[in-house]
Amino acid sequence: MNRIQQIFKKARGENRAAFIPYITAGDPSLQRTSEIIEALERAGADIIELGVPFSDPIADGPTNQKAAERALASGTSLKGVLDLVTDLRTRSDIPIVLFTYANPVLQFGLEAFGSAAAASGIDGILFTDVPTEELPRFSPALAAAEIDPILLVTPTSDKARIKAASKAGSGFIYLVSRTGVTGAQRRLDPELKPLIAQVRKASKLPVAVGFGISDSDQVRQVALWADGVVVGSAIVNQVASLGDSDELAPAIENFVRPLAKACNR
Amino acid sequence: MKKQPDERGYFGDFGGRFVPETLMVPLEQLETTWLKAGKDRNFRNRLKELLERFVGRPTPLYPARRLAATLGGAQIWFKREDLCHTGSHKINNAVGQALLAREMEKHRVIAETGAGQHGVAVATAAALLGLDCRIYMGSEDMRRQESNVRRMQWLGAEVVAVESGSRTLKDAINEALRDWVTNVRTTHYILGSVLGPHPYPAMIRNFQSVIGTEAFSQIREATRSLPDLVVACVGGGSNAAGIFSAFVPFDQVRLVGVEAGGRGPAPGEHAARFTEDGKPGILHGTLTRVLQNSDGQILGTHSVSAGLDYPAVGPEHADWEAKGRVSYVRISDDEAIAAFKLLARTEGIVPALESAHAIAYALQVAPAMPLNARILVNLSGRGDKDMDEVARLDGAS
Repeated sequence: MNRIQQIFKKARGENRAAFIPYITAGDPSLQRTSEIIEALERAGADIIELGVPFSDPIADGPTNQKAAERALASGTSLKGVLDLVTDLRTRSDIPIVLFTYANPVLQFGLEAFGSAAAASGIDGILFTDVPTEELPRFSPALAAAEIDPILLVTPTSDKARIKAASKAGSGFIYLVSRTGVTGAQRRLDPELKPLIAQVRKASKLPVAVGFGISDSDQVRQVALWADGVVVGSAIVNQVASLGDSDELAPAIENFVRPLAKACNR
Repeated sequence: MKKQPDERGYFGDFGGRFVPETLMVPLEQLETTWLKAGKDRNFRNRLKELLERFVGRPTPLYPARRLAATLGGAQIWFKREDLCHTGSHKINNAVGQALLAREMEKHRVIAETGAGQHGVAVATAAALLGLDCRIYMGSEDMRRQESNVRRMQWLGAEVVAVESGSRTLKDAINEALRDWVTNVRTTHYILGSVLGPHPYPAMIRNFQSVIGTEAFSQIREATRSLPDLVVACVGGGSNAAGIFSAFVPFDQVRLVGVEAGGRGPAPGEHAARFTEDGKPGILHGTLTRVLQNSDGQILGTHSVSAGLDYPAVGPEHADWEAKGRVSYVRISDDEAIAAFKLLARTEGIVPALESAHAIAYALQVAPAMPLNARILVNLSGRGDKDMDEVARLDGAS
């Protein structure tokens, strides 16, 4: 059983959903990212979703677009992100899932990426722009490196697509809560509950829900229905407003603790 | 070549469907609707009628005799897409896709635009068919193609300024894709070039293949033979794919795509994808040649023409280049502007700055070709939109 499977099992045993915060690596710097990850772990994070910045992030709303711009401006590359994880692994075992666009990985070289990612201790990878049909290009390198491909399903995915994604993916399945890009929203889609139920029925994998979940009330609600809850832009907004300071990691820890707690059922 | 792409949308090693999952079912729906429409006599008749009575097809094939005489070499023939309604070939595709939007019962269309020609074409088709329309345009492009912005607004479209990234075509596509992911149930995205996820590259090439089909029979009728050389400018590559498609099976016809050489070969100074920095990569849903750095981040581009100012190229062009069927060359800003001015004075035709790149290449090669050789140039659009920008550049130099 790998780290991702263990964490979902542990959360289930504690009658709660796994809490999965997202941050963009290199925003405001890779050094700060490392501090933030450790703060997130102290605050109760189960898995870290670590964004690899890309110049043209078509699946992201303004919050994550700006974070990617800041990360690229601070000189962040995929290699830098992998080095950060290598360093982090001397202190932490928290599962790490890369959240990335396909091109930086393609350009890195698929085999080179697989061995570098495995060596650094990456647990899973989620491509925003690689649907099930295009995954086979990447699968051999990921399988050789024992990295879970995390596939996304959305409100527009039909039953056949959900089944195909849960077959091709491993670790967990990521359900996008609404049609749209990443970013905070005021209210959850009323269709979300039946949608989660539908995906859970079609898939044997744990189901984590993300996109637009931004406060404790929303986390509490989704945690009742899903195996994992992802909060992204709300945390990225905090990083943006606090900026490059020693207060950043402690402030993120305080901000995230109630969100993690809200995963208890 | 008609079998291209394969069922997964690949032209050789290039193409595919690299998009967020939310768009997969809508892309399947689009593909099904497009394939069905191709077999539906009513749809085909409706499109044909609009192309004839609304767009003004067939467009003429015109022998540029004074220009050829000035150069003292090959004959030069223009396919006059500049005479299409709205001023460029973009309307061929816009009308076709707007009809498909109606077939899919989507009442809202969105589009990106660089030079504004595709935006004007989509705004026009939307007005014609009663669809709501929003156009995304980089704020830098809005500045240099201001008259087209006003045209789109008069046609009832909402024009949204894109302030992210380089504020040009690439960023307008990013924003249009984000809109589409969000409003996919009610909205069809009318992409303007042979880019993006399958089926867009093949579908748009087919809507534009009317250019090649007409030109093929026109030049055979006029000259009793095929041209020796066919030249077209290549931004995304829709006018080029449209005219090349008819000639690709005929190996004796040399095909040349002209990219924007901009201000020179340094990264960020041009939009020439078939160069060292143009490596296979994934951008805007397709695997193709992309200008990028060694980290896989997309490079900025420059061209005097907004319509060529884009870091990737249609996947079918990448395949044609890989197979050696089409050659790709570069024309600089200055060469394009010189061709723009020369054509106006010798033939009474003011070309779009995009098309001026293709003309500039013909000017380079014609003198060395025999008098009975024939060059066919796709004159993809007219230059009314470029008056202010060329005047500004003249004032600055």
